Amino acid sequence: MAGIPHDHYEPKPGFQTWLHNRLPVVSLLYDTLMLPTPKNLNWMWIWGIVLTFCLALQIVTGIVLAMHYTPNVDMAFASVEHIMRDVNGGVMLRYLHANGASLFFFAVYCHIFRGLYYGSYKAPREVTWVIGMIIYFLMIATAFMGYVLPWGQMSFWGATVITGLFGAIPGVGTALQEWLLGGFAVGNATLNRFFSLHYLLPFVIAGLVGVHIWAFHTTGNNNPTGVEVRRTSKAEVEADTVPFWPYYVVKDLFALAVIMMIFFAIVGFMPNYLGDPDNYIQANPLATPAHIVPEWYLLPFYAILRTFDNTVWVVQLVHFVTFGIVDSKLFGVIAMAGAILAMALAPWLDTSSVRSGRYRPMFKAWFAVLVVDFVVLMWCGSQVPSAFTGWVGLIASTYWFAYFLVILPLLGVLEKPLLQPVSIEADFKSHYADPAE
Amino acid sequence: MSHAEDTAGTRRDFLYYATAGAGVVATGAAVWPLVNQMNPSADVRALASIDVDISGIAEGSQLTVLWRGKPVFVRYRTADEIKAAQDVTLADLVDTTSNNNNQPETDASDANRALDKDGKWLVMMGVCTHLGCVPLGDGAGDFGGWFCPCHGSQYDTSGRIRKGPAPRNLEVPVAAFTNETTIKLG
Repeated sequence: MAGIPHDHYEPKPGFQTWLHNRLPVVSLLYDTLMLPTPKNLNWMWIWGIVLTFCLALQIVTGIVLAMHYTPNVDMAFASVEHIMRDVNGGVMLRYLHANGASLFFFAVYCHIFRGLYYGSYKAPREVTWVIGMIIYFLMIATAFMGYVLPWGQMSFWGATVITGLFGAIPGVGTALQEWLLGGFAVGNATLNRFFSLHYLLPFVIAGLVGVHIWAFHTTGNNNPTGVEVRRTSKAEVEADTVPFWPYYVVKDLFALAVIMMIFFAIVGFMPNYLGDPDNYIQANPLATPAHIVPEWYLLPFYAILRTFDNTVWVVQLVHFVTFGIVDSKLFGVIAMAGAILAMALAPWLDTSSVRSGRYRPMFKAWFAVLVVDFVVLMWCGSQVPSAFTGWVGLIASTYWFAYFLVILPLLGVLEKPLLQPVSIEADFKSHYADPAE
Repeated sequence: MSHAEDTAGTRRDFLYYATAGAGVVATGAAVWPLVNQMNPSADVRALASIDVDISGIAEGSQLTVLWRGKPVFVRYRTADEIKAAQDVTLADLVDTTSNNNNQPETDASDANRALDKDGKWLVMMGVCTHLGCVPLGDGAGDFGGWFCPCHGSQYDTSGRIRKGPAPRNLEVPVAAFTNETTIKLG
């Protein structure tokens, strides 16, 4: 599959040809930037650029922060305060990095839900989707380890809770946990290795982003109609698409500029709004904060983790069936990992042949409930555990799994989809009858 | 089924598998130190045993000490707490094992959890068996024992799990009186 037909780079005689015969790098850049892109992409297609920007922002600010940070339990907290008070512009760099993580996750959730609504995960884009899910998983790991580095109370206890998840694995759990921690509890060895890995993983993510882009440049972008770009002739391609440069570069940069206005307003005027005040208290292994919560972007999955306690009948049943090997703790861990895995398997769980949610009336309603469900889970994760949040969390967690494991497979059979447009061009013309030339 | 070409092929196959096998072993030998360096280092493993002075603990209060990087609760229980702990029947418990490293394979009755015969001293890891938070003590929770603020696990006055996501009773570490006022941990 050679992708969508389009004009390729023709080096001019002289230096261009000389270089092209030795390293066709200009050709690679040209083909990447001039990719024919569906001309009907809406504003939900801007998040890719925002995410690329976030990755660059985090790497650049992270590298300079590492020049001033000390990964040692006695000095880490003080070195972060040193960055905030003494380092030139350090306060801005740290707030950009901390809030940059929030923007990164906000954008990735918009990006993921865009993909879920418009069926971007469906054939032939399964590999793009799965790589995206791996990137998302690595983002979670990176963000988690980065949050440990300031060595505040939430850093320490968040690390204790999350590394405790590995202790739930039967048989090897304790050994695995001590191996991860480098000790019997979260300590200096843990902090050091988290720093090392927090520095490493973003570059792994950058590599995967390259593969992600390579994959969807091979299949072509999805678009709001879900109808593929016609490829039989160049004339049809040109009727369905515009080149990425300059059309989408300009559009994406405009969107990025708007988002940057909001982002810098937050960084400048309310930099700690999304953070937890407990993390300005130095880590203390003898006192757990009254209420441990992760950062907002991990709350939905944290809610799923803690919702399955031993009062839930499914947990009791599994505990009985597995002769006690899967207890409530391991069940919670499996549920949390399973929530992301179920999403990654969406290409194979969704049985509908119609790609875009735009032409799927029943799907639309279930999808809307999923978005609400995600917000409800986020709220549950932020609350002090109580009977009420326990029930809400259980219902919301159940819906998350039901959407992927039951609703998506069934809808393809039960639903009568609306008529899809014959081409992107036809859909475009029905919206913009007389395009301005 | 042997003729000249097969012999040559077999010899080549042997060299191929031998080389690949040696390559796998060499890669494993090279990777193992990189994996093993993440295990607890010698200085971490060295701090395995400490003495705790309990002379200053008043009845109805608790001392928390740090041992192997984790908190250990040493509680001088009141008569009411002891009675409450002893009155619980095993049928009411989530985890019916004592989880006591001094008395392995025993049931979770209070006598198998306390350190001394009278049941005055209860020594436990201050580590919730759910995900490792430090439970709040001094009669916290619905059962008058400990309450974990992270995910709401409730422990009774014998440190046994009664409600919430934690699967096991609070672990009793290896501990013993070396004299009237000193407990040795580890």
